[in-house]
Amino acid sequence: MSDTDTNHECVCAQLSEEELYPRLELIIEEHRNKPHELIMALHKAQNLFGYLPRKVQQMVAEGLKVSLNEIYGVITFYSFFSTVPKGRHSVKVCLGTACYVRGGQQTLEKVGKELGAKVGDTTEDRRYSLDVVRCIGACGLAPAMLVDDDVYGRVKSTKIMEILDQYK
Amino acid sequence: MTTLTIDGQKVQVEQGATILQAALKAKIHIPTLCYLSEVQAIGACRVCLVEVEGNRALQAACVFPATEGIVVITNNERVRKARKFSVEMLISNHPMDCLTCARNLNCELQKIAEELGVREVRFPGEKSKGGIDELSPSIRRDQGKCILCRRCVTVCQNIQTVTALFAQGRGFETKVGPAYDESINDIACTNCGQCSLVCPVGAITEKSSIDDVWDALSDPSKFVVVQDAPAVRAALGEEFGYPPGTLVTGKMLAAVRKLGFDRVFDTNFTADLTIIEEGNELIKRIKEGGTLPLITSCSPGWIKFIEHFYPDLLPHLSTCKSPQQMLGALAKTYYAEKEGINPKDMVVVSVMPCTAKKFECDRPEMTDSGYKDVDYVLTTRELARMIKQAGIEFNKLEDGEYDAPMGEYTGAATLFGATGGVMEAALRTAYEVLTGKTLENLDFIGVRGLKGIKEAIVPVEGVGDVKVAVAHGLGNARKLMERLKEGTADYHFIEVMACPGGCVGGGGQPIPVNYEIRQLRAEALYQEDRDMPRRKSHENPAVTRLYEEFLKTPLGEKSHHLLHTKYKARGV
Repeated sequence: MSDTDTNHECVCAQLSEEELYPRLELIIEEHRNKPHELIMALHKAQNLFGYLPRKVQQMVAEGLKVSLNEIYGVITFYSFFSTVPKGRHSVKVCLGTACYVRGGQQTLEKVGKELGAKVGDTTEDRRYSLDVVRCIGACGLAPAMLVDDDVYGRVKSTKIMEILDQYK
Repeated sequence: MTTLTIDGQKVQVEQGATILQAALKAKIHIPTLCYLSEVQAIGACRVCLVEVEGNRALQAACVFPATEGIVVITNNERVRKARKFSVEMLISNHPMDCLTCARNLNCELQKIAEELGVREVRFPGEKSKGGIDELSPSIRRDQGKCILCRRCVTVCQNIQTVTALFAQGRGFETKVGPAYDESINDIACTNCGQCSLVCPVGAITEKSSIDDVWDALSDPSKFVVVQDAPAVRAALGEEFGYPPGTLVTGKMLAAVRKLGFDRVFDTNFTADLTIIEEGNELIKRIKEGGTLPLITSCSPGWIKFIEHFYPDLLPHLSTCKSPQQMLGALAKTYYAEKEGINPKDMVVVSVMPCTAKKFECDRPEMTDSGYKDVDYVLTTRELARMIKQAGIEFNKLEDGEYDAPMGEYTGAATLFGATGGVMEAALRTAYEVLTGKTLENLDFIGVRGLKGIKEAIVPVEGVGDVKVAVAHGLGNARKLMERLKEGTADYHFIEVMACPGGCVGGGGQPIPVNYEIRQLRAEALYQEDRDMPRRKSHENPAVTRLYEEFLKTPLGEKSHHLLHTKYKARGV
């Protein structure tokens, strides 16, 4: 494996989108004409670009022999995939059953208000993206939220700004 | 074999069968909605729920395997309530504008609600946003009516291998359609209309031209000509209660005359003409080393498919226009001249088993007569609606007749409506033209029937073995095209029809369509062929006269101008 595809880390901040396409070609090559590997390929492509713009979907469609209509269906089904650019930090508020009954919805509203963003949106400065997740397995800490890979439990409305401020 | 018990009755079924199949065998009725035999069994709608002893939850009969020894109950309080609840949930998100819906009285949701005794809407909650896509000349989609059964998605992806439709989003927001909520008019959709055949409700229908046709018929300054394709006469009767496979040619002709058409012509006339033109094209390509195999071009769904997905193979297509377009072009030239009618005042209407024909007649290149060659296309379903609107008692009509000269046809032409028919018609003519001998046995059984890809080898004196193949359904066409690309399809001639079964199973035909119905409709056409005094296209005297009076010679200058066309590569 070449260094570009051993680790599909998001490099979108360093390189322009145009410069990423040759790397996408390498990913597509690994899965060429294998429609059943669609989700894997999309996963890698999203790690590369930070999101899945239409052009990326079209290239994956052509390479894997999957209809763009199916790809878009898969992307819009799984909340992990995004068709809009993501912020540097992902904020995910859990609305699984336990979190929901312990005030997850209020947490979400507060986070949304603080960031000025709706679910699925990215802030204008591309610092944060806001999403909802359904259970992250931290029910004992409900209500919980994730910022990047960090889990925050028993989130209180008053603490939210403090948490978010740590992520520049 | 597996033995199970359904409602106390022992049933034996093949390994791998489902409870639904076992129940069917035992003549026990289980209601279904998203399930469609030959298309999909996904257990999505939860209408076919049954109790399986030992299972806590009710199970979907269409997907639950009929395993050895299981005990199934299809009818008790719990099952009835659960089924009804499923339908009530679907209805809670349905527009309920049944009275004005294109599928009123032929809607599976309506039928199941009646069957399960739904008498009130208990859950008047939020409704999906919906949205109407009517940009395509062929298909109209009303997403608000969609019940997300996925039949259209399955037929488009698995049978037609087009995947123009897919479920987008999730949960309550789910919509069926193309990526980015685009119109099917702007994407690689072939307009075949198979989605409209399987849609249980009014979410996918043809884009109707009924109003335009009524307008033309009401306008005294217009000379309105109608033509009908062979598959229509083998299916129209179903809309008036006749069993599938009833040939209603005479009644149909009487009915269209009552609707007010000035002339009634038969697309079969130009089907015979197609055989002469395409047959000569084939002979020319064989003799002069042209691109082989030659592939038929009558099916507009197939044409758009190859333009989108196999543009490199376009040189294989016959340059012949479809019979519909040939008839339109000739009506506004040959016939108009002959009768002294100004083609400007002529309106050509086609009745087709097909939704893709609507797109075909709108193609900008289909104006070789100097006017739009075919003005409007009605599906078989739309014609039936017009007959009903006019208050015509179809079943009581005395048989009518076609008008001369473009109403004359042979048995070969009528075969165009069934998969393999164009091939069979072509072989009858090519054989006699090439050998100068009379063909003894006219029936080329090898190209008939519903096998996905059919092959035949016909020894022709002086030429050798002529190898042919027939595909119906775009998935089968794709298989053949892949072989052509690999270089393993060494045929002389290939027939492709976009719809499974050919035009008898076309996207504009009466609903429902299934394997058995396709077979019965095709059989009606084979019967008409057997009963015809002339069964070879080159023996159609009206076609001979057309060449003498007007076209002069096959593939000649006039033919080239009026009857042949070009194709274009379209992106995916």
